[in-house]
Amino acid sequence: MGRYIARKLAVLPLIIVAVSILIFVVIRFIPGDPARLMAGMDATAEGVEVLRRKLGLDQNIIVQYWRFFLGALQGDLGTSINSGYTVVQEIATRIPYTLQLTIAAFAIAIMIGVPSGIIAAVYANSWIDQLVMVFAIIGASTPSFWIALMGMSLFSVKLRWLPLFGAGTWSHLILPSVALAMGPLALVARMSRSSMLEVMKEDYVRTARAKGLTKFRVYTKHALKNALVPVITVVGLQFGGLLAGAVATETVFSWPGIGRLLIDSVRYRDYPVIQGTVLFTVSAVVIVNSLTDIVLAMVNPRMRFD
Amino acid sequence: MRRAKTTVKTVLLRRKNVVIGGGLVALILLMGLFAPQVAPHDPLEQNLRNAYQTPSSEYPFGTDQFGRCLLSRVVHGARISLLEIGMGVSLAMAIGVPLGLIAGYFGGSIDRTIMWLLDIVYAFPGIILAILIVSVLGPSLTNMLIAIAVFSIPVYGRLCRNLTLSLKQREYVEAARALGLSNLGIMFKHILRNALAPLLVQATLTAGGVVLSASTLSFLGLGVVPPTPEWGAMISTGRTFLTIAPHLSLFPGLAILITVLGFNLLGDGLRDLLDPRLRNN
Repeated sequence: MGRYIARKLAVLPLIIVAVSILIFVVIRFIPGDPARLMAGMDATAEGVEVLRRKLGLDQNIIVQYWRFFLGALQGDLGTSINSGYTVVQEIATRIPYTLQLTIAAFAIAIMIGVPSGIIAAVYANSWIDQLVMVFAIIGASTPSFWIALMGMSLFSVKLRWLPLFGAGTWSHLILPSVALAMGPLALVARMSRSSMLEVMKEDYVRTARAKGLTKFRVYTKHALKNALVPVITVVGLQFGGLLAGAVATETVFSWPGIGRLLIDSVRYRDYPVIQGTVLFTVSAVVIVNSLTDIVLAMVNPRMRFD
Repeated sequence: MRRAKTTVKTVLLRRKNVVIGGGLVALILLMGLFAPQVAPHDPLEQNLRNAYQTPSSEYPFGTDQFGRCLLSRVVHGARISLLEIGMGVSLAMAIGVPLGLIAGYFGGSIDRTIMWLLDIVYAFPGIILAILIVSVLGPSLTNMLIAIAVFSIPVYGRLCRNLTLSLKQREYVEAARALGLSNLGIMFKHILRNALAPLLVQATLTAGGVVLSASTLSFLGLGVVPPTPEWGAMISTGRTFLTIAPHLSLFPGLAILITVLGFNLLGDGLRDLLDPRLRNN
């Protein structure tokens, strides 16, 4: 067990370094001169040259990456061209908002998705099951930003129950988190259902029933615990999807999170911020995915050697 | 007895997925193919005096801020979406499938290197990688499709590698090798041909994802730009006029939902028909 976790944790930095190389290389394909871009169009040729040397852009790409890498290790991801703040400062002020949104969406997806999947499995092929599955497949096929806009149109514009956009209070959080939760909710419900159906066929569930335990007790005590294992995987691996989905949802609601920072920096061609934000987001996803694997291995030792 | 009944019911339910999904996909295909005949108006024709009309018999989906017929724009949008699916999926397959074939067939360090590279790309959430690529290449339909194809490559690469690993053990591959057929010949003639069905099912399953990603990117202003009637871009325009004309966003969104739903149902159903072991229950 310890060795498995150690190996997982050892590979983690390697993946993040590889990801950072990929991002770094892609960013170098920007058409035009990055020093000119950063100095601004009215800068003198000498000014651009000074900046080029200061940023190390006159050196070869390996030296450039090495400087970026050393900086990143010390928490320096460069400075925003647009705002003048450091990229780390920019990201740090946005994290709480994106966390709020993703955690709320996670909670909604699990609290509604797991029970409805379980109920669908227990009453398999009944009308409840069909209803849950129809909702699940529609939820998985709908773009979250569209649900967001339609919700906004109904609850904010027509009924005036909720604020149009912005962040800060609970009422601001409701629409964005529900819209963002829709996709993962659908997936969690489907996964819980099929996993529960699988477990209900197992011998120990039949044995428990044969021993005379009530249906409710068997399902909650014996089946549920084992059925939740694949659900953990789905939930953990959905974190990346949630962060990605947050980009569009944050844009709809002018929600001041990481996703909106990324889109704004693309709009202003603020390359240090694009580079830093993407690196930060992907690293977070890679770390959460590895932690999911580890939790999964702890819960179910059979999965350890996958 | 009860068990047999349930199985029959389940199979019918699965077929129902293929039928409903196939029907929706056919609807979108026909709409795209015959867009000029189906659309009541020119999707680009402006008529400012007709702006922001709510749905009527003349304009069943209403009109947009330039007085353009929204139904005609949604119908023509099917062409863009089909183009996105066709180009996005085939570009991703054109790179992912050979990579997977090579990795699975040769194994060893070639396999490890290719899979390691694919895993790094796979570590990125799709949209984030697409935004990174489009931010460098600039927003356009082609660049958006390149971005979508890049993040889909690992899906085909991994699947094709696993298929190759099991197919290369088959007797007909052994026989072909004994007859002196070249590696390339075996890979493309014998292995790829037999891997085609699951790969095409995967393509159907990812088609919906392509439409979702493309509409998200266009919604964010990083894909197809107006006046092209792309559904995501239309929703983005509708967002500006949400308070006065919510129908501008409503109908393109429904079109996305129907398309993605169709491909998801069809893909799910086909997968179950192809490989009953993967069936949900």
